[in-house]
Amino acid sequence: MFSLQGITKGVHTWLYSNMSSTTALVVECAIVMLLSIGLFAILGLVLVLMERKVAAHMQIRLGPNRVGPWGLLQTTADTLKLVMKEGLTPDGADKILFNLAPFVIMIVAMLILAPIAFASGFQIWDLNIGVLFVTAVSSISVIAILMAGWASNNKYSMLGAMRSGAQIVSYELSAGLSIISIVVLTGSLQISEIIESQRNGWWLFKGHIPAVISFVIFLIAVTAETNRAPFDMAEAESELTAGFHTEYSGMKFALFFLAEYINIFIVCAIGATLFLGGWMPLHIGNWEGFNHIMDYIPSSIWFFGKTFFLIFLIMWFRWTFPRLRIDQLLNLEWKYLLPISMFNLLLMAVVAIMGWHF
Amino acid sequence: MFIKEYIKDVYSGVKSLLAGMRRTGKYFITPSEIITEQYPEFKAKLSERFRGEVVMPHDANNEHACTGCTACELACPNGTIKIITKVDLQPDGKKKKAIDTFVYHLEMCTMCNLCIEACPTDAIKMAQNFEHSVFDRNMLTKKLNKAGSKIREGVE
Repeated sequence: MFSLQGITKGVHTWLYSNMSSTTALVVECAIVMLLSIGLFAILGLVLVLMERKVAAHMQIRLGPNRVGPWGLLQTTADTLKLVMKEGLTPDGADKILFNLAPFVIMIVAMLILAPIAFASGFQIWDLNIGVLFVTAVSSISVIAILMAGWASNNKYSMLGAMRSGAQIVSYELSAGLSIISIVVLTGSLQISEIIESQRNGWWLFKGHIPAVISFVIFLIAVTAETNRAPFDMAEAESELTAGFHTEYSGMKFALFFLAEYINIFIVCAIGATLFLGGWMPLHIGNWEGFNHIMDYIPSSIWFFGKTFFLIFLIMWFRWTFPRLRIDQLLNLEWKYLLPISMFNLLLMAVVAIMGWHF
Repeated sequence: MFIKEYIKDVYSGVKSLLAGMRRTGKYFITPSEIITEQYPEFKAKLSERFRGEVVMPHDANNEHACTGCTACELACPNGTIKIITKVDLQPDGKKKKAIDTFVYHLEMCTMCNLCIEACPTDAIKMAQNFEHSVFDRNMLTKKLNKAGSKIREGVE
């Protein structure tokens, strides 16, 4: 049976038997770096194409269909075009911050990749505070956006960056509370343990109504945190031209664009891990036969299937819902999502203490 | 009651959002509803009244119905049409005004249809052709009456 764990174990033992342990560690780091950069490049191409295709089909259109079969090479062609364009730095800009911002946003995205389990035993770093690490590091991306907005020396960029700051600071709360409500059930912050605790069913089903409510709140909050429509206040092309990346061009713009999609992938991977069991196949209680059949599907397919399902859901939101104004956005968070998620957390704590979950 | 209003707000908001998602989800899973037409391979069926460009129909004997009255030139709001007239000698010795050249500047035309409505003899009409791209701007200045054409008998 195909398994990524077998491949990594094989590579690991081969490296350590043929090299000194220091060299082997360096080589392993290099392999991990190459793999994550490769994953980023592929995800950027695939998700942008997926977004355009999903958007087109929801608006009764066809989407890209000229470059390559069914338009599959469209995003590759777009990337080539962006590579060839000049990465202009405006005269009035703060040169260091302006050029640093796209890299900061990419580095943040790469850091969050560390604790995510892509398949059974296929994880870069299984640290014991995995979920906390993700929520802490993901807040750094707002600094990159503020850097870009401030360094551009442009009122639109500045407004977009400030809005993004207000938005991410607000929605971090309800995203954190909905994550905590799952942590209450598992009693652990470690990603591998959270996945292991869902061996007899996913938390979305095991945690009754409070889990469903926190799942919905999590989806809303991460949509806002990744600055996507209907919460695209930072970009707001109808009001602020392109928000914080108005002044960026060429590959520097492409990095911001890529980081948006990478962030969507990562938050959806976290959502899939917490609520839908990560790489864990669909198991139902004590149905041994059913569970055994589900185990035949490789765990990587389960993980990517769930993640892409959540990504599709977020794209569905984007192409259906009307955009919010900035005051409506903050109203929604502080008057609705935060009280509801606090109450929900209380309910979840009661469920966990009384042992009402399965 | 505040709490009642609050719950009603959340409920109606979620309900309306779900209604929207049901609609877009239905479009997503029914590709037969896609209305995009693949342009260069399949051309759209244009409406009868579509205005592409002004043309002057000629019949089999290379005759048109334009008397050179310049009503269209006067009706045109942007000076798209310029009519150059000449004086023909009739067989019976009478002199008669006729058109020499009907100049039509396609690049200035807004397809407002006023010239066609002004024409007393229905000599010009709107065509369905909309692919006007050319490499040289001069090619957009057209002469509508064909070479050697003359006015149809009986049209005054």
